[in-house]
Amino acid sequence: MDQSVLLQAIVYLAAGVLFVPLAKRLGLGSVLGYLLAGMVIGPAGLGFVGDEGHDLMHFAEFGVIIMLFLVGLELEPERLWKLRVSVLGLGGLQVLLTTLIVAGLAMLTGLAWQPSLALGMILAMSSTAIVLQTFNEKGLLSTAAGQRTFAVLLFQDIAVIPILAIMPLLAIYPAQAEGNHAHHFSLVDGLPDWARPFVVVGAVVGLVLVGRYVMRPVFRIIARTGMREVFIATALLMVVSIAVLMEMVGLSPALGAFVAGVVLANSEYKHELESDIDPFKGLLLGLFFISVGAAINFDLLLGSPWVVLGIVFGIMAAKAVVLAVLGNRFRLRTDQNLLFSLGLCQVGEFAFVLLSFASQNGILDAGTVDLMTAVVALSMALTPLVFLFNEKMLLPRFGTKEKERKPEDAVEEKNEVIIAGFGRFGNIVGRFLRANNVATTVLDFDSDRVDTLRKLGLKVYYGDASRYDLLKSAGAAEARLLIIAIDSPDKALDLIETAKKHFPNLEILVKAIDRDDAYEFMDAGLTHIYRETLDSSLRMGVDAMRLLGHRAYSSERAARLFRKHDEKALEELAAVRHDHKQYFSSARRRIRELEELITSDENDRWLKDVEEGWDAESLRREFNTPNS
Amino acid sequence: MSSVLILFAHPALEKSKTNRYLMKACREMGAVTVNDLYEEYPDFDIDVDREQQLLLDHDYIIMHHPLYWYSSPALLKQWQDLVLEHGWAYGRQGKALTGKKMLNVVTAGGRQEAYQEEGYNRFTMRQFLAPFEQTARLCNMSYLPPFVVHGTHRLNEPDIQRYAQQYQSLLSMLVNDQIDVQEAGKRQYFNELILD
Repeated sequence: MDQSVLLQAIVYLAAGVLFVPLAKRLGLGSVLGYLLAGMVIGPAGLGFVGDEGHDLMHFAEFGVIIMLFLVGLELEPERLWKLRVSVLGLGGLQVLLTTLIVAGLAMLTGLAWQPSLALGMILAMSSTAIVLQTFNEKGLLSTAAGQRTFAVLLFQDIAVIPILAIMPLLAIYPAQAEGNHAHHFSLVDGLPDWARPFVVVGAVVGLVLVGRYVMRPVFRIIARTGMREVFIATALLMVVSIAVLMEMVGLSPALGAFVAGVVLANSEYKHELESDIDPFKGLLLGLFFISVGAAINFDLLLGSPWVVLGIVFGIMAAKAVVLAVLGNRFRLRTDQNLLFSLGLCQVGEFAFVLLSFASQNGILDAGTVDLMTAVVALSMALTPLVFLFNEKMLLPRFGTKEKERKPEDAVEEKNEVIIAGFGRFGNIVGRFLRANNVATTVLDFDSDRVDTLRKLGLKVYYGDASRYDLLKSAGAAEARLLIIAIDSPDKALDLIETAKKHFPNLEILVKAIDRDDAYEFMDAGLTHIYRETLDSSLRMGVDAMRLLGHRAYSSERAARLFRKHDEKALEELAAVRHDHKQYFSSARRRIRELEELITSDENDRWLKDVEEGWDAESLRREFNTPNS
Repeated sequence: MSSVLILFAHPALEKSKTNRYLMKACREMGAVTVNDLYEEYPDFDIDVDREQQLLLDHDYIIMHHPLYWYSSPALLKQWQDLVLEHGWAYGRQGKALTGKKMLNVVTAGGRQEAYQEEGYNRFTMRQFLAPFEQTARLCNMSYLPPFVVHGTHRLNEPDIQRYAQQYQSLLSMLVNDQIDVQEAGKRQYFNELILD
């Protein structure tokens, strides 16, 4: 193998390994870490990577394709159908308005209308890769803003097709010969115009049919061989083939992959596909972000910093304003709208493709293309910072405002119980308490849910429950119980710290996801810790025993005794856990703990309790032995 | 000085005014341990080790409960089934409780007249409580006559207060060893031994 390829691999991997954990540690998110890594190893930094970065970016775009396939897998056709208004309305208006505004601005700088329009269309695109990855990482995809964001990105993916069709009509320079850009085989180039739509539609229909009727049996056969790597290879082969097919008919490969994902979303191999392909997505996306970082032209930036930065911020501001107005129209609450409009305000990776396409077709001159490439890369690099800015500066400020708008709630709050997090766990606790006439105050971070609950007459506050001011206005000083049912353990620990410091009157009950979580809470000094799977697992165990013919009461009793025993064992393990931490990796530690648990299952007295209740064995023995 | 353990069993204390007063009265006493069974074991899974240790630590065992269908609420019966183990409380080797004294403290809706051969319950309170008396005997304990609050549905506040005071007197008699077990055994009700 060519040694330089391996050396390249070392450079990229090392940069990623070094910078991503660092960025995560600093709370900047993985995307910014990759981008930084790219800048450092790129021509402007250490210069490990030269012009081949562009080719690499083209290759790494495959990560975006895989990502859209995975997004499609998560989205059953029925759910997609529900999104149609957002996709067509919101997405359509975003692309249209942004295009017009940017084109208008470009014309003001003296550009002809054709290149201005092309620029408008190019800059209307946002970065699917960065935005989806960031939303995913922050767990925001299911929020109202997440759904709308996804809808807009989806529309942009679709819009690439007509844009590619329109562009050649805007040429004002003689079209360049296909230069360094690899010419790929096309199914539609040689056809008369009227036949092209048929080929395109035929390809999509074929994709859906093959996905539905051919791929499932194929996966079944492959799965039966029991060879995981072949399954993975098949999945990758499928995605690559789709990408190539789509390119051949002139469609966006990402869009094709998305359609294939949706087609397979109802199949039984959904989760297998997800977990198999996911690592490839992660690696390739990382590579993609690194190459974006490396592509930033610092010479251009340093040469005329104000021009470049002015264009970058101007475009991002214009896009954000358009998005915010639309978000408002589509009834997003202010906090969600901030996330939505700031999240999508960068220019995306499609712009690179479109820019080179535009230059080949003689729409934009080389200088503009270079400048715009730098602008696009910079705006992508700024996105994680925009997210951070929104999170740290805008959202907290907004949260307070939201409360001031509803002062009547703040006065009424005298409930004894505060519930932080009204998701799948908290809502059951809350409903149970409500059904028993226990008044509760709910804090939640999902504004849609907050809205719904408020309409139902519940006392619900939107916001980050770990913030002192929010807790205070929720009545934490007078309440007796604080129930923490939020999903992020880190947030929960923050909340515990705040509550313990400022509201020692509160008794804290906390939900733990698993054993590790529970240890953390024990270390934080809590005693009321509820592992979310413990009770339902035991209920399942009880039903299993009953189905096997064991008596109901004995099974139930055994389960309750087991639970007590397990809680006790947890406390014992918590004590030795710090030793374990030193000696074992976390996976080894978990196995080790399981081992100790099972040993203690066998030794503890709880088994004796199960066996001895109502047992007449000793009586029988006494009757059968003669009195001495 | 003797120590007293009250095994209290009421599934819905919040609905029983009489028993709330009685419980309040005994919580005010020193040397008395209140073991609120329904509060301790809502799932009926009794911690046998804990209960046996409590029994060992006290001289007088009081089973305090309302009379439900002429007996105790279910949890107190569960307690007997599980805690009074063969080989520990009774049987050839079961001598753990030897020498301790046991009695019932009972609240009943019916008046004392109803608990007569000619009354509508047809049996006396002592006859209904015979299983407890015999359980005490089998576990080598002396059985003292029960302290009974009759006609709870008709009691007004001062009546209840008076019973609560009597309960306190009873407890202090036990704590201060002012009871002659032989003599007491001849009485129907413990109430007769308490001077207002």
